[in-house]
This record gives sequence, structure tokens and C-alpha cells, in this order.
Amino acid sequence: MKKVFGRPKTLKPNPYHYCPGCGHSLLHRVVAEVIEEMGAEEIAIGVPPAGCAVLAYNYFDVDMGEAAHGRGAALATGLKRVLPDHLVFTYQGDGDIAAIGTAETVHAANRGEKITCIFVNNAVYGMTGGQMAPTTLLGQTTTTSPGGRVENRDGFPLNLSEMLAITRGSAYIERTSVTSPAGIRATKKAIRKAFEIQLQGLGFTLVEVLSPCPTNLKMSPLEACKWVDTEMVNFFPLGVIKDITASEEAQDAH
Amino acid sequence: MAEAAIRAGCRYYFGYPITPQNELPEYMSKRLPEVGGIFVQAESEIASINMVIGASMAGARVMTSSSSPGISLKQEGISYLGGLELPAVIVNMMRGGPGLGNIAPSQSDYFQATRGGGHGDYRTIVLAPASGQELCDLTYKAFDLADHYRNPVLILADGMMGQMMEPVRFPVLRDVERLPKKPWALTGAKGRKSHFIRSLILDPEQMEEHNWKLMRKYEQIADSEIRYESFKTDDADLVIVAFGTAARIAKAAVKRARGEGLKVGLFRPISLWPYPSKALRDLAKRVKHFFVFELNAGQMIEDVHLALGGEADVFFYGRPGGVVPNPAEISRIVSRQFFQKEIG
Amino acid sequence: MKGTIKIDSDQCKGCGFCVEACPNDVIEIGSQRNAMGYFYAVVKKAKGKDDKGCTGCSLCAIMCPEVAIEVYREKR
Repeated sequence: MKKVFGRPKTLKPNPYHYCPGCGHSLLHRVVAEVIEEMGAEEIAIGVPPAGCAVLAYNYFDVDMGEAAHGRGAALATGLKRVLPDHLVFTYQGDGDIAAIGTAETVHAANRGEKITCIFVNNAVYGMTGGQMAPTTLLGQTTTTSPGGRVENRDGFPLNLSEMLAITRGSAYIERTSVTSPAGIRATKKAIRKAFEIQLQGLGFTLVEVLSPCPTNLKMSPLEACKWVDTEMVNFFPLGVIKDITASEEAQDAH
Repeated sequence: MAEAAIRAGCRYYFGYPITPQNELPEYMSKRLPEVGGIFVQAESEIASINMVIGASMAGARVMTSSSSPGISLKQEGISYLGGLELPAVIVNMMRGGPGLGNIAPSQSDYFQATRGGGHGDYRTIVLAPASGQELCDLTYKAFDLADHYRNPVLILADGMMGQMMEPVRFPVLRDVERLPKKPWALTGAKGRKSHFIRSLILDPEQMEEHNWKLMRKYEQIADSEIRYESFKTDDADLVIVAFGTAARIAKAAVKRARGEGLKVGLFRPISLWPYPSKALRDLAKRVKHFFVFELNAGQMIEDVHLALGGEADVFFYGRPGGVVPNPAEISRIVSRQFFQKEIG
Repeated sequence: MKGTIKIDSDQCKGCGFCVEACPNDVIEIGSQRNAMGYFYAVVKKAKGKDDKGCTGCSLCAIMCPEVAIEVYREKR
């Protein structure tokens, strides 16, 4: 019998502190697999966020430098400018990247920083206990949007990825999910592509990953996945949002 | 300052424009690329200090500069630098406050600078230059101190220092390749185990130990890095205590008063944290009258009181809000003190 | 093709993703708790209705958040 699936070496053997069915757990493994498959263990530097994934350095077996809430893209800018040949990625939740860190992210994208942001969107603040996030859906109940998010009071869910695609410095932006084997494969492919584009020096890259948070959605893990697949995707459609390499290929074809 | 920083091996500058310190980033934007360095104008002070954190994590000598309101924004990152034990040099060319205040020279960020400034139990080394040459020399020194102690160093000057022009003698240009290595830096886990740099320590007892470790470091700094200047204090009956621009004005006032036959001296703290308390206390064994002069409403005077512990008479004169008095104004106050208190 | 899986019962949090993902109905949530207090996933002892046997397709492992499943496949 041949082993066809196991723990990637880039993931430390520590058990996760995450809740059952958490998207972070799945996504950590996917990112670690991509780093291992690219042979990038020695050049990868990760920037974990504040939030549930604040302890990501306990899991990724690559160099990691912790950022303040929302400041990942700025910190990664500093790292990458000093170490231009390294693979620098941030790992940020929706509150981190799309609320408190919006400015840092927009400007890192606009400068075309050669970094990759991995944006975990689960439509809720996880670690602080289920408050309304910038990406909370209209009508979605959270601990700070009782009775559901209302646009007149709470504003709309923010489509950060689409916003970033407008900046001239962004090279590759895709939205995927980790709620099914197909989604996980697409996520892995997207992260690999983003990393490759970063290392080619083509510009800013970001992969937004729709992710289940069963605990704060107050659902079972399977229900949470289903909710992402049927409700979240209406506000956050899956697919490639921007890919400058594709348009170059398209131009070559003409 | 910018040239001194480059000569000290600084190759990265991240900043955001604010008056009165724009000459520094402007110089950096031109000069850094000439020496293979990188200048980035960030979208905010918050972003720039976090870029500093990133570059420092990567092991580089890195700098940022701003002025009072901008430094308030940078405090988040300065607290993280303290907690993460990362070296960096931060310049504050103070201006009048609070709030937006104005753009005139002031010293009203003394408390913020010398008490850490942001959240948590931490300290930054604070150096207060009083001349062009000292701006240059202390900036150069700041990079060594920052690296040696793995701690942020703040250069606390003001709009006057930031705008004046004086000839300076530059220190030698360091070879960046020969600076001391930083094995703790994030450079990729090549030929070694991976490591991480964090300030999050969830276990209170471990966090307490981290705090005590920081405190032990600060004690070591307090033992070794005291800097001050004494000017004509040997026979003085009254000593003016002032730093930075205020000390420069005070020095001229001392010369005037001496001309009138009044025995006045100047004690000028150069390191504001650690504060030269012992030197001041030693001085108080003989001198019974101290005159604290600051370009604020009274901040360093608290450290003077702490140092002297009621052992001497302490008088305060301050001009907050960006007002810069001339030496005559200070020497008039000195004369009045001599007369009123029947000194000498 | 024949395969087999190994589930690390200490790491499993019983989310049930593997049970849902398995096309051949090979896995179930067992009746025993692990040290963390979760009912953990096990390979079914009795053959289920749709159990065609493990093929080593890895879908369960791909969906396992805890990286608790190792998959082995028969060499061809």
C-alpha cells in the first residue's frame, strides 16, 4: 500500500485549537501543501493576523512574523522590500483585512506589492465571539446585528476583492471556498497561482476564501458549509476576479 | 539626520509627510536609492510604522520619522516594536499640540515619549539632541543602540531642530554587510528550523515573565545608556534643567546671566529615558535651586521632582503651544529668581 | 482499485465532513469519545447499504480539517 495522502511537512504536528469544522483548519493545510509542493519552505515568510488565526505560527513550519490587527499588508510590505526574493504572504480574516486593515490592503495592492494576501471570509468576527463583520450578509444575525444586518443601519457587505481588482497594482485576485473537495482543489490552485505570480514579480495577489465558521453561525459544520454554498456565494460570487496573466495570454492569441 | 542614518547602515525608510519634518523623507527618497536602499511613502503613519516592523523583522536597519500627531498614530506600532523586541529608529520633530495644534516647535510629547507612549509595560530609549551635530551623532548612535538592545529608539527633537541649518561633521559610512548579524530575524527557514516573532502570549504567567524580561533589559539600559551635559554647574548657585531646543536657549541665557555676575549653570539631559536622575541628585548635594525650563506646560519637571525627592527648590517656567522665547526672556527670569530668593 | 484510510482518533473533532465526502459510505461517527471529548470518525465495521469499499480516493482526507486522515492505495 502506498501513502497517497498525509500531513504536509510544512505543517507542524500540533493539533489545531480551532473548533470542529473550521475553515481555518482546512485552509492552513492547503497553504502548507502549496508551499511544500512548490519547494518554497526556505523562502516562505507568513504574516498571521489578530483573530482566531493569531496562533497560525504554531502550525506553519515556516518563518512567521505577527502583525497587529489589520496591518498585515503593511508589515508584509516591509518584509518583502527587504527580502524581494522571498515568498511573503499574509493570512487575514474579514474583520482584519476588510475593516480595520482596508487602507493598508488597498494601498499595498495599489503599489503592486509583490505579496499574497490570503483572505478568509466567514462573514463574522470569530475570536471576539460572533459580532458583525464587514462581510456579514444582509439579513444575517450576529451578536451586534440582532434581527439581521440592515443596510440602512449597518451598511452593505463589502466586496473587498472586487475593489482591489480595480487597483492597477493588483495582478491576480480569485475567490474560492473550502466547503467541498472541489472548492478545496480550486483554492489550492488559486493559492499556487497567486504565489507563482508573486515570485514572478507581476504584482499584488490575493485569494479570498469563503470559509465556514460553524460556532459563530450557530450551525453544525455541514450546515455551515451549506450556508456558505447557498447564501454567501450570492453576495460573494466564486471565480477569478482579476488575472493579468490571462489577459496577456488572450492578447497573445490575437 | 537622514545622511547620518544612511551612514549608520539604514537602508530602509517608510514614512508619511507631516510638517515640520518633511526634509528628512525628501532627502531619503533621493539618497536611499543611490546606496541600494528603499524609500516608501506609505498611505498613513500607521502603515509606515508597520512597514518598519516588517523590515525590522527581516533584519534590516530601518527608520521612520514624523511629528506629534503622526507619532500618536505610530504609537500602535511602537508598542508592538517594544513587545516584539525589534530594533527601529523613530524620529519625532515635535510641534504644538494637543490635537492638530500647530506646526511651531514644541516639547509637549515628553510624557508620551518617555513613558512608552502606547499600550503595555514597555520603554523606548529616548534621545534629545540640541544641535545639528548632535542630531547627526545621536541618529548614528541610535541604530547601534536599537540593534544592541533589540529595542525601538526615539529621537525626540522639535520643529526648530527640524528646520535649522548648521554645518556638521558626518561619521564614517558603515559597510552594511559587516554590521552585526541578527540570527533571530525572519529570513526564511534555510538550513535552520523555522522561527516566529510574536508579541501575543496568552498565558498570563508566561506574559508576566516576558514583561519581567523586558524590565531586566530596561534596567540594563538604565545602567549603561545615561547621557547628559553639564554646563557651568561646578560653581553654580542655580541650575537650569532643560533639553533640546529649550536647553539651547537656556545655554545662551546662562552666558548672559554669567555676564551679569550670576552663578548659573545648565543641566541638559540628552537621554530622556533613561533619565539622568542620579547625576541630577548628585548635583543637588550642592545646588539648592533648580529652574526647569520647557517648551510645554510642565512635563519633564515631574522627572526632576522624582530625581530630587524634595531636596531642593524647583521652579518651573514653560512656554507651550509653539512659542519659542528668546534667551533674554529666560535670563530675565533667572535674575528675578536670584533677587526674589536672595540666591548667592 | 483498493484503498484504506487511517483516522487519528485523538485529532478528530467529529465534524462529519469525511462522512459526507465519502462516496462509498465507508465512514461513520463512532460512539466513543476521544480525549478532547469528541465522538470521532471511524471506518464502518459492518458494511453499509451503499458500501462498495474504500478506493483510496482521498476525498475524506481532503475534507478533513484536522489533517487526521491518512490515505493508502494499492500499488498497481
